[in-house]
Amino acid sequence: MTDPAQIVLETTALSKLFGGLTAVGELDLKVLQGQIHSLIGPNGAGKTTVFNVVTGIYRPERGRVLFEGQDITGLKPHRIVERGIARTFQNIRLFSNLTCRENVMAGRHCRTHAGLAASLLATRRQAAEEKAILRDAEHRLRQVGLWDSRDELARNIAYGRQRQLEIARALATAPRLLVLDEPSSGLNPRETEDLMEFIRRIIREEHLTVLLIEHDMNVVMGISDRVTVMDGGRKIAEGLPREIYRDPVVIEAYLGAGA
Amino acid sequence: MSAHLPVSLAAGLRRAGLPLVLALFAVYPFAAGAYFVDVGFFFGIYALLGLSLNIVLGEVGLYDLGHAGFYAIGAYTTAILNTRFGIPVLLLLPVSALAAGLFAYLVTSPVIHLRGDYLCIVTIGMGEIVRLALINNPFGLTGGPNGVYGIAAPSLGFWVLDSSREHYFLVWIVVGLAILALRRLQRSRIGRAWNCIREDEVAAQATGIDVRRHKLLAFVLGAVLAGVAGNLYAGKLMVVSPESFTFWESCLMFCIVLIGGMGSVPGVVIGAAAISLFPEIFRPFATYRMVVFGLAMILMMMFRPGGFWPRRRGGLEARDLLARLWRRHD
Repeated sequence: MTDPAQIVLETTALSKLFGGLTAVGELDLKVLQGQIHSLIGPNGAGKTTVFNVVTGIYRPERGRVLFEGQDITGLKPHRIVERGIARTFQNIRLFSNLTCRENVMAGRHCRTHAGLAASLLATRRQAAEEKAILRDAEHRLRQVGLWDSRDELARNIAYGRQRQLEIARALATAPRLLVLDEPSSGLNPRETEDLMEFIRRIIREEHLTVLLIEHDMNVVMGISDRVTVMDGGRKIAEGLPREIYRDPVVIEAYLGAGA
Repeated sequence: MSAHLPVSLAAGLRRAGLPLVLALFAVYPFAAGAYFVDVGFFFGIYALLGLSLNIVLGEVGLYDLGHAGFYAIGAYTTAILNTRFGIPVLLLLPVSALAAGLFAYLVTSPVIHLRGDYLCIVTIGMGEIVRLALINNPFGLTGGPNGVYGIAAPSLGFWVLDSSREHYFLVWIVVGLAILALRRLQRSRIGRAWNCIREDEVAAQATGIDVRRHKLLAFVLGAVLAGVAGNLYAGKLMVVSPESFTFWESCLMFCIVLIGGMGSVPGVVIGAAAISLFPEIFRPFATYRMVVFGLAMILMMMFRPGGFWPRRRGGLEARDLLARLWRRHD
């Protein structure tokens, strides 16, 4: 048995339906503190749907999502970010016409408080808060090596850098669980390797837990502490990377019967 | 090259030009004839309306084609309370602002989750409902198609603002204050949250921004400013009637923001100048005015899609926004 205090994220019998289609069915998932937990499976297995339910973009039909022991099922996305879950998207979603720095500053929104009156009057406290936001943004931009591009528009930087920027923005929200949807998609092997190294370093430095969707098997096997395999919306296997690698059920799901 | 030119031009103008522009605005009513002082007043009103719609359309990217409705609420609040209860017009300025803001809160709350073109259609309906309600003279308050007349001139104690020049200064002082307020908001976390929502709503939510709350705030603030414009308008004309708050007025405000540059304060003022001064300059060709105006809009979209004075950070291109307007949403 795992110590309940170590479970950062837990889903119990989680189901999400789209019309008659079961995108996610009865999914039980436990993500442990400090681990990199990968979610893999063929296209349409329901991985991204799990992410969207966990981060509040979809509301599940059945089941619960617990974060650090508290029920967060059906909370609005921004509330879930406040609780400490940050995410990135498979197809990068930045604020394209804002600068890199503004993108990261947006991540501080949920940790700051200045309201309408304070902003209009430019109170001392509001000014101090703005300064703190700038400082935090600088820290995050330096962390991902984007400080020199701080005043460039997000849409003008290279694709690989946009991924890093998206991660910096997620980190700016001060999460304890980072949810990454296919961070290596669109990157070349070299960039992928750098990114994985970066993720590993961040986890150590920030005491993060990571839930990861990944297609690239090399990435999954190299970086994961634990792997959950989904197919047709259901969990078909779970274990250490090397166990999963040889599991006949998994091989069949990926390559079809008789492979 | 050409893309960089306007930016450096804008930067240069900002440094050297601001005192010059202020001086120009101060001297203008003493140099111009009474008629053109009035034109200057309406320029100010349109600047205010443009700034107010800019919060909704420029900062947050919400298509609001019913903004004249909020303007009308402000103007009628002032007209009715002044003519019925004799409350001074200037005292009614904050009252009209709040009335328009409250109205915006009530009518947009249920529809604020709608996206793009859907929200646009609802706002068109909203603006039209306000206008039709005013024509129908509810509770005998609005005077039907004739409107409300006999509104007193704004006054400060014994000082009655009854000349064109005084109205001109009143409206431009308010515009100045509104610009200062908006600049501060643009540099605050609220302004950033607005821009994030405009760029990508889903990403904004996933970054921890309460999208619904910030959209409502934008609508309410936009309406507050439109309500202020309504009060100044009523105090100047001393009569308000439904025909001043048609769908066409909403379209003009939309054009002001598009022409000037989404989310750009100087851009909006230039847009307002174009909308209010252009018809005066081309008055001799009155018959063809709308043709020329339409042609100008098309040429703008083709050659300067970001507006005349886009926001420095790289503005949002009007072409992109229009493209988004017609795109289907999930």
